[in-house]
This record gives sequence, C-alpha cells and structure tokens, in this order.
Amino acid sequence: MSVNENMNDNGIMNAAEETAAEMHLSGITGGVKKVDRSDPKIIVKGLKKSFGSLDVLKGIDAEIDAGEVVCVIGPSGSGKSTFLRCLNLLETPTGGDIYVDGDCITDKNADINKIRRHIGMVFQQFNLFPHMDVLTNISMAPITLKVLNKAQAEERARDLLRQVGLSDKETYKPADLSGGQQQRVAIARALAMHPDIMLFDEPTSALDPEMVGEVLGVMKQLAAEGMTMVVVTHEMGFAKDVADRVFFIDEGIILEQGTPDEVFNHPKHARTKTFLNKVLT
Amino acid sequence: MDLFRVLTDASPLLLKGLRMTVGITVMSLVLAMILGVFTCLFAISERKALRPLRWLAAFYVWFIRGTPMLVQAMYIFFALPQLLRLITGANVQISVFTASLVTLTMNAGAYLSEIFRGAINAVNKGQMEASRSLGLSYGQSMTKVILPQAVRICLPSLVNQCIITLKDSTILYAIGLSEIMYYGKIYVGRTFESLATYTWIAIFFLAVVSLLSFISKRIERRLSL
Ligand SMILES: Nc1ncnc2c1ncn2[C@@H]1O[C@H](COP(=O)(O)OP(=O)(O)O)[C@@H](O)[C@H]1O
Ligand SMILES: [Mg+2]
Repeated sequence: MSVNENMNDNGIMNAAEETAAEMHLSGITGGVKKVDRSDPKIIVKGLKKSFGSLDVLKGIDAEIDAGEVVCVIGPSGSGKSTFLRCLNLLETPTGGDIYVDGDCITDKNADINKIRRHIGMVFQQFNLFPHMDVLTNISMAPITLKVLNKAQAEERARDLLRQVGLSDKETYKPADLSGGQQQRVAIARALAMHPDIMLFDEPTSALDPEMVGEVLGVMKQLAAEGMTMVVVTHEMGFAKDVADRVFFIDEGIILEQGTPDEVFNHPKHARTKTFLNKVLT
Repeated sequence: MDLFRVLTDASPLLLKGLRMTVGITVMSLVLAMILGVFTCLFAISERKALRPLRWLAAFYVWFIRGTPMLVQAMYIFFALPQLLRLITGANVQISVFTASLVTLTMNAGAYLSEIFRGAINAVNKGQMEASRSLGLSYGQSMTKVILPQAVRICLPSLVNQCIITLKDSTILYAIGLSEIMYYGKIYVGRTFESLATYTWIAIFFLAVVSLLSFISKRIERRLSL
C-alpha cells in the first residue's frame, strides 16, 4: 500500500539538500526548528507538493490563527485536498515548511505521530473502522496511545456521542448507520484525541442532501466553541456563515483570500468570479 | 462388498498414515503462517532499510511458485545434503520428516504470504490514513485497523490453502514420508485391494476437508463485518 511510503519513520522524505540544511539548523536550536509562540497557530511557507512530474502545490503561503475557521474553495483538481493533507503530513511536502504552534512539523526531527494527535481529520468517505462498533471507533485511539484508560476513553466517547446527537448508537457498527450519522461519528472520533486543530476534507460531499445539515450543524457548534478549523468545502452557504476567512485555491496556489464578504461579494480575480458563478448558480 | 472388510483390516495402518498426514499438515501450516506473515510484511514494506528483505521475499515467492512441490521435496531431501557436503565437506543428513516439514512449510508460506498481501491491499487505503491521522504509528495501525480487516478478507483463501496443503502432503510419499499414501501402498502391495484401499483414502480426505469447510463457514459468519 502506497501510504506506507509517506508514513514510515517520521513521515519526512525531503530532498537530501534540504535535510542537510535542516541538520545545520537543528544543530543550533538543539532539535526542532522553532518560531515565536505568539505567532499564528498554523504557518505555511512556500509549500510545494509534486506527484512525480505533476506539480500540484506550487508555493502556498498562509497563516491561520487559533480559533479561526478557514474555508478552502476552488475547482476540482486544484490541490485543495493535497494542501489539507500536507497540514497533517498525510502527504509529505516536496518543498516549503509548515509550523504548528511554532514547531516546524516538516522538520526531520519532528515526531509526526505526536503532532497528528492534536490535529484531527475528517474525510469525505468517513473512513470509520468497519470492524469496530461506534464506541470503539471513538475510544480506540486514546486507549491505544495510552492518553486515557479504557473507562475514561469510553466516558469521553459517550460525551462526544451526546455532542453529535448519537447517544443511542454506541453499539452500532458503522455499516448500520446513515451517511450523516457515520460522518458525525467520524467527527467524534477525531475529537476524542482532544485536537486543537480540525481538518475537514469535503465532509458533506458524499452525503445525501437531506443529511448535509446535521453534519454542518455539528461543525458550526465546533466553530462556535473556538476550534481552529480548515474546511475544504463546496457548501458556499456554510463558508459564508461560518468562515472567518476563505481561501480560493486555483492550480496549486492560493489565488485569492479574504473574508467571506470580500471573496464572495467582491472577488478580485476573473478566475474567482468564473468559479463562483459556476457554483453559486 | 469387500469395502468394509478392507476397512477393518487396513484401518490401523491407514489411521497411522492419516495421523502423520494431518500432523505434518498442521505443524507446517502453523510455521507457514509465521513465515507467510513476515514474508508479506517484508514484501509490502517500502522502507529503504528493508529493501534487501523485500527482494528476498520476492525471490522466495517467485521460486516456490515457479517450481513443482515434488521438485522442491527432492531438492531438499537429496540435493541439499549434497550441496552442503560440497560446501562444508561434512556429511550432512536430513531426515525424511524434516525435509517434508521444510518443503510443506516453505510451499504454504509462499502462498500464504501472497494471500495476506492481497488481503492487506484489499483493505481500503482510507483506513490506514484515518488511523495515522489519529496519531497511531504504522505498526499500531497495522495491528489495530488493517490486519483485523485483512484477516476477515483472507479467511476463505486461508482455509483453501490449508486444504491444498493437506492434499499436497501426499506428494511427500515420493521421498518416503510415512503418510497415508505410504501405508496405503504397503497395504495394497500386501493384499492387492487397490479399489477398496484408495476409496477409503479418498473418503478420509473428503471427510477432513468437509469438516474444515464447515468450521470455516461458521467462523466466517461470526467474523462478518
Ligand atoms: N497520490 C497521488 N498521486 C498522484 N497524483 C495525485 C495524488 N493525489 C492527488 N493527485 C493529483 O493532484 C491533483 C490535485 O488533487 P487534489 O488535491 O485531490 O485536488 P482537489 O482536492 O482540489 O480536487 C489532481 O490532479 C490529482 O489527480
Ligand atoms: Mg479533494
């Protein structure tokens, strides 16, 4: 399976010259590269990602503050998912740096498994574990990683199930739930590790229209509680209501960004206008 | 009908052979599972440091799949001692039982590793990603998320391989293993009761294989997702 490649060791497979440069740097700081703690929650500098000869991300710069909700929009194939997946190193960047809480997570000394613990991710296809019931899906990670004991983890799982409105489903297998219910369980599963950042990759795109609302509702609640969120979405209504900022990604760069009002009502670029015309009509 | 007279007459011999057949099959399957799991893990690993092991795994599977088991058995029992004598100069003896066990294990191990590899690849890629995104390591994700699903997927092929190994163990008759065919042959040589003897041997196999299939169906139903 090809995921292994990205994920072995520290998940870092940068080019040799970069590694050399970082070794030099970490020699000075005695470990992982740091920036000032008062800086934004997430800093992305010159992020590049290629698959073979295909350049998908061509230099992304972004800063996301704690508690901010950023919605990422853009045409299909423009690199939105790849950008999101770089933020928790499911994809290994081929260039640039990403800082989370001031720590350079693209540094080769970074402990990728530790970093991922406080970055939750929700997938378009839910990706619940089909062989576990709902409660085990949620409690498995904190138990396996010894963050909580079994009783604590199950108590937390029940709390989370209450929050997403699925208290009566804890013994169900994922296959016996509707899409909307599965996605709410997936959100609860990600929250079980107490993340302070949540990444969503088109969380409602695989859902029947009547189930979109229940998932967006949970996400709104999360945003209101101050979670830092990066949401790739085609739900323009959600982006307008909930986002603090909107990134329009086109052909591997953030072509335009701003408040929802700026991006949706006063887009500067022709391509943004074309895209919005297509999705809003 | 001579069938039942032959059965009472031959059963001590045939049961002795059947005990060996089943015994060596079970032993080799247990060893082959371990061998198969490691071969498979090496084969799917993409770590640079494990690359030689990956090649070794590929070579092993290629070799076993590309040669008949009869040739492998002959090779291990007759050719290997000669090779070892050439290299070390010492007179190395390999017992029939050891050679048989090694042959059967190597053979089943290669096929099992392919079965495991197929099953792991059949688990949705998103499962590993979801698990890793929670902070679990590659190993933890394998044991908690991927392998439990892979086991369910490969169960039918696994049982099938057990059946094949059981039946293939009769090939070891050729190097003199005292399994069921060996004793059947002795009895036929003594009494000329070919029809009755081989009918009973076939029935023995059918009974054991049917039992295996029955058990596997029940396990499959209990493990179904
Ligand atoms: N693992 C991969 N291997 C090769 N190409 C990929 C891989 N993942 C994504 N791509 C390619 O990268 C481009 C951007 O993909 P993606 O980030 O998924 O776009 P979006 O989410 O904006 O629709 C697409 O052309 C896609 O085919
Ligand atoms: Mg996408």
